[in-house]
Amino acid sequence: MFDDFFIRALFAGIGVAFVTGPLGCFVVWRRLSYFGDTLAHSALLGVTMAYSFQFNIAFSVFIISALIALILIQLQKKTNLPGDALLGLLAHSSLAVGLVVIGFLSFIRFDIMGLLFGDILAVTVDDLLIIWIGGAIILVVLKLIWKSLFASTVNYELAEAEGLNPDRAKAIFTILMAAVIAISIKMVGLLLITGMLIIPAAMARNVSTSPLQMVFYSIIGGLLSVILGLYSSLEFNTSSGPSIIAASLFLFILSLLKIKQTAGLKN
Amino acid sequence: MSSNNNILVKLKNAGYQLNNKFLVEGVSLEVKKGKIVTLIGPNGSGKSTTAKIALGIYKKIVGEVEKYTDKVGYVPQKISIDWTLPIRVNDFMVLTDDISSEEIDKALSLTGVLHLKNKNLGNLSGGEFQRVLLARAISKKPELLVLDEPVQGVDFTGEIALYQLIKKISEELNCGILLISHDLHTVMSATDHVVCLNGHVCCSGSPTDVAHNHEYKALFGEQASKTLTIYEHKHDHVHTNEGDIKKN
Repeated sequence: MFDDFFIRALFAGIGVAFVTGPLGCFVVWRRLSYFGDTLAHSALLGVTMAYSFQFNIAFSVFIISALIALILIQLQKKTNLPGDALLGLLAHSSLAVGLVVIGFLSFIRFDIMGLLFGDILAVTVDDLLIIWIGGAIILVVLKLIWKSLFASTVNYELAEAEGLNPDRAKAIFTILMAAVIAISIKMVGLLLITGMLIIPAAMARNVSTSPLQMVFYSIIGGLLSVILGLYSSLEFNTSSGPSIIAASLFLFILSLLKIKQTAGLKN
Repeated sequence: MSSNNNILVKLKNAGYQLNNKFLVEGVSLEVKKGKIVTLIGPNGSGKSTTAKIALGIYKKIVGEVEKYTDKVGYVPQKISIDWTLPIRVNDFMVLTDDISSEEIDKALSLTGVLHLKNKNLGNLSGGEFQRVLLARAISKKPELLVLDEPVQGVDFTGEIALYQLIKKISEELNCGILLISHDLHTVMSATDHVVCLNGHVCCSGSPTDVAHNHEYKALFGEQASKTLTIYEHKHDHVHTNEGDIKKN
């Protein structure tokens, strides 16, 4: 069954959507979209490391992204620069360093477009295993920290006062972000990963009234985007990553109709 | 057994510094089971800071804080719920603890907001939100309840009822309460111990002692010491939160 490249692509996308759905909600709630972007940009450096030292790509991207997250936390403590400036600094410098390193590795032929925008149709069975096993681990860990992460998202001090250890939850969530980027880089590419996190979650917000409902619709939105995007990329011969994100944008626009309806009925 | 067993939280000469400036310093107090300790003082006098020291929210403090319970209920001074987060009152009630549906209903009825159970938190009025915050804190059946201006924005009759409820809860649950309030009227009548803050403890003791303390008078004015007389007048009906009128 997994002999067909399209079936592999479909299963890879579905696996990723199950993870980006709930994580994307936290990205939206905690205003972390630029943070996600920074980690994704640093993924290029991770990919070059993988090629240089013959590591697995997902593993190497995970390590580098987690490292960048750590550096960010240190910088936030040491300097008084605003958070968005620090994020921009790390995002663009790690992207630049990654591209420079690629220049040195002239003996390897890089598919730059594939790295930036994804190459889901080249997903191997090994990639599938990484996505599904890695994704399952991410979801289990998220379930374990859910209560303290969610409570501290609503109000940090309340969570701290009532003994939920929000700092630990935040640190673990940062690692989960690095992990989700690592497993989804092949699918949508490093420039579009944050879109996969944010757009289905933003769509879900427009049609939800409770946190769990938003997580549910976010997953559904991601799944639909993958299926719609992949089939249309097959139909119109467009690249798969951007097609998936375009499909999620289409769903988001549809959700705006629903928001208009409820706005008219508000209270 | 010694009376120490009744102590829930104890501050010894505690203070907190931000950017080399003390927000509050030299605070010593203790909250015991079944007792209400009230912090009063002008804006910026360090009331909320003291509460956060007691709760362990601030880690790098001067002095000592000893906490003898993990069952804490907290009503913060301010919570803002972002539009991006869809959350109903019902979801908010189980934020930090798993509380049964019956307990949720009971707590919400006690503060008079059961009818808001499925409303979005972002759509509540200030007073309604305070009632929900209080309901959430008491539904956990905490040993220590920290209430930072719990009745702000609540209408006047509601305010008195909520203070009575707080008093009742401290007796029923035998929990200790650390209460912060601006409202000298009602607070002074229901409190066991008053701590008057102004960057430091300027006086403390029973409500009567504090009211006659000259530092308290200097801080709040002569008029304030006369507020000990409880405000009381009779109504022949009450307005329920659903908007109905009920005869007594």
